[in-house]
Amino acid sequence: MSDREIYDDKVVRQFAVVTVIWGIVGMLVGVIIAAQLLFPVLNFDIPWLTFSRLRPLHTNAVIFAFGGSGLIGTSYYVVQRTCHTKLFLPKLAGFTFWGWTLIIVAAAITLPLGITQSKEYAELEWPIDIAIAVVWISYAVVFFGTIAKRKVKHIYVANWFYGAFILTIAVLHIFNNLSIPVTWTKSYPIYSGAVDAMVQWWYGHNAVGFFLTAGFLGMMYYFVPKRAGRPVYSYRLSIVHFWALISTYMWAGPHHLHYTSLPDWVQSVGMVFSLILLAPSWGGMINGMMTLSGAWHKLRTDPVLKMMIVALSFYGMSTFEGPMMAIKTVNALSHYTDWTIGHVHSGALGWVAMMTMGSLYVLIPRLYGKEDMYSIKLIDVHFWISTIGVVLYIASMWIAGVMQGLMWRAFNDDGTLTYTFIESLSATYPYYAIRLLGGTMFLVGMFVMAYNVYKTIKGSQAVSVVVPEPA
Amino acid sequence: MMNSGWNWFVIIVTVANILACWWLIIWATKNRANESKEGDVTGHVWDGDLEEYNNPLPRWWLYLFYFTIVFGFVYLALYPGLGNFKGFLNWTEVSQYDDEAKAVHEAQAAMFAPLRDLSPEELVENDQALLTGGRLFAANCAVCHGSDARGAQGFPNLTDDDWLYAGDYNTLVMTITNGRTGVMPAWQASLKDDGVKEVTAFVRQMSGQQADSQLAAKGQTRFNTFCVACHGPQGKGNPALGAPNLKDDIWLYGGSDASIAHSIANGRMGKMPAQKDFLTEERIRLIAAYVSSLSK
Repeated sequence: MSDREIYDDKVVRQFAVVTVIWGIVGMLVGVIIAAQLLFPVLNFDIPWLTFSRLRPLHTNAVIFAFGGSGLIGTSYYVVQRTCHTKLFLPKLAGFTFWGWTLIIVAAAITLPLGITQSKEYAELEWPIDIAIAVVWISYAVVFFGTIAKRKVKHIYVANWFYGAFILTIAVLHIFNNLSIPVTWTKSYPIYSGAVDAMVQWWYGHNAVGFFLTAGFLGMMYYFVPKRAGRPVYSYRLSIVHFWALISTYMWAGPHHLHYTSLPDWVQSVGMVFSLILLAPSWGGMINGMMTLSGAWHKLRTDPVLKMMIVALSFYGMSTFEGPMMAIKTVNALSHYTDWTIGHVHSGALGWVAMMTMGSLYVLIPRLYGKEDMYSIKLIDVHFWISTIGVVLYIASMWIAGVMQGLMWRAFNDDGTLTYTFIESLSATYPYYAIRLLGGTMFLVGMFVMAYNVYKTIKGSQAVSVVVPEPA
Repeated sequence: MMNSGWNWFVIIVTVANILACWWLIIWATKNRANESKEGDVTGHVWDGDLEEYNNPLPRWWLYLFYFTIVFGFVYLALYPGLGNFKGFLNWTEVSQYDDEAKAVHEAQAAMFAPLRDLSPEELVENDQALLTGGRLFAANCAVCHGSDARGAQGFPNLTDDDWLYAGDYNTLVMTITNGRTGVMPAWQASLKDDGVKEVTAFVRQMSGQQADSQLAAKGQTRFNTFCVACHGPQGKGNPALGAPNLKDDIWLYGGSDASIAHSIANGRMGKMPAQKDFLTEERIRLIAAYVSSLSK
């Protein structure tokens, strides 16, 4: 090669570091609103701090700031390493970092001010939505441009998943946010009634499916085999579960609208596809876990692998739970209860966050020319504190959710409700307390991680890694 | 109902996607000649050491996949899902609701039958009526009036025998059935700041609270002009209009200077929603009996 090509890792370093920071911010807001449910006085009668405004801030911060930065950062790393080439248009990649970060700052300002479209996970108003679309399309150009100029024939499986995630999120974001602006801070969606609800949950569920599932499967497919030093378990399983996953996920949205004014046939189709989704989802879990066969002993000594395997276990658990909750009979009990919150967090904390943390523990030392993280012991501490935290969180919400569902549907023999709503609320308090404890533990784990990352990076030089000769 | 174009579009796309999953697993379980042997790596290498085995799909996983697909088709045959096809069970979400509601109403009719012919006086003494009435109150009324029926700001206390519209059984039935709208007009424009202060002082004095007597004296004149029509010359209110008695130091919106001044200046709009569309007549009777028992 004429001049030695160097991987574009600056943007990866930027994203990796802010991922940790946004993780702390997002989870801190989560802990605050969990505390508000237990002690409403923590609203302090300040509108900016009410649950209704901080809750979307929490979800946006953990999904799009923490999860998004983690996904974009790792995808830039993975696509270069597995295509044996530099990023396509590295300056545009740099723009995506600053653009994405500014969008997050804009979200952190507008949401507490109460500026919202009132669409769950799509609260941000139209000027920010346009900025997201611009940054996202730039991201897609960089990613697919890099794939196009790859030096190896086959596209690695991680890139399929990252690619599906990038394409689909672009489509979902743009179509769900089509609206007519009235002022700079207010717009009305072009959809109305049941159609609006359906578009919203087509978006909402696929945000889970493509952002939080496909994207993180991409992450998993690089960092798990890399860390384990073992080949991916089954190439053909990757093919089957990839295509089945992305084609069936698209249909599953209506299960968020069971027993509503959505037509019966849409609900049924949503339920059927949600059930068929079970096996394709588990394909990823099998492929990840079985990659360790022949290397199980590494779990004894390597907390990073432990973290990733536990993440895959939570992934398997919540992708089993999801199809079950999509069954109408189960949904009639679980819908509107804290069971849903438990389910979401077994995915978000157990799968998404644990996989991100594990991957960052692999990635960060490499980005700064270190053998490994500053302290393996602290990774182990982080692993245990966050695992116990997740278990407390989801177990308490399961119990609370089933209890609420049963209390709400209980009848006396004279046809009256056995429990008033307020009784179900006061019965939930102990579980809110346990959830707060679990969430706090998870947040503490993030602080441990931040310290470890700081000590690893401190005084080190960003390294330049040479792109290898074409394979 | 969809028109026939959309109907077939839905059916075809739904079935095609499920069948595509079926085809995908069959395709993937076949061995191809140019493929690496099972259990071997595929031969692709990325980033130095990333490789893939070509292991077969796990059996149990395949069966799980097949099972969900079969389940899906069975479900779509039994329940509405494929376009306008109603499904062999003829189930709809509305029919399920109707069936369940019918069963509940039949069971209730049996419970309510012995209570139907009781007079209001008997109803207030009947344990079953009060028990059911109390439960209905907890589920339907407590959200505003409180679990203990003591109310809150803007929502009257139902236990104190002070009534805006009278607390006898028949009036209660009317209140619950048709709701009430209690309007206190805003007087800021007529009274101006000084006038509001003066009337406030007079109202506080009338209810036996601390007030500036000079201001109150001026306020009385204004009261006789603006307020008597509803609250009466003695300020005892008028149950026909729901105008509260101002002398008893029981306040719907609070009796402080600020809150009385706010009521006078800006008016108040009290709304008790009509329950006739939510509760049957026989349930309203039981709630009325329960509520009238509270202030006894």
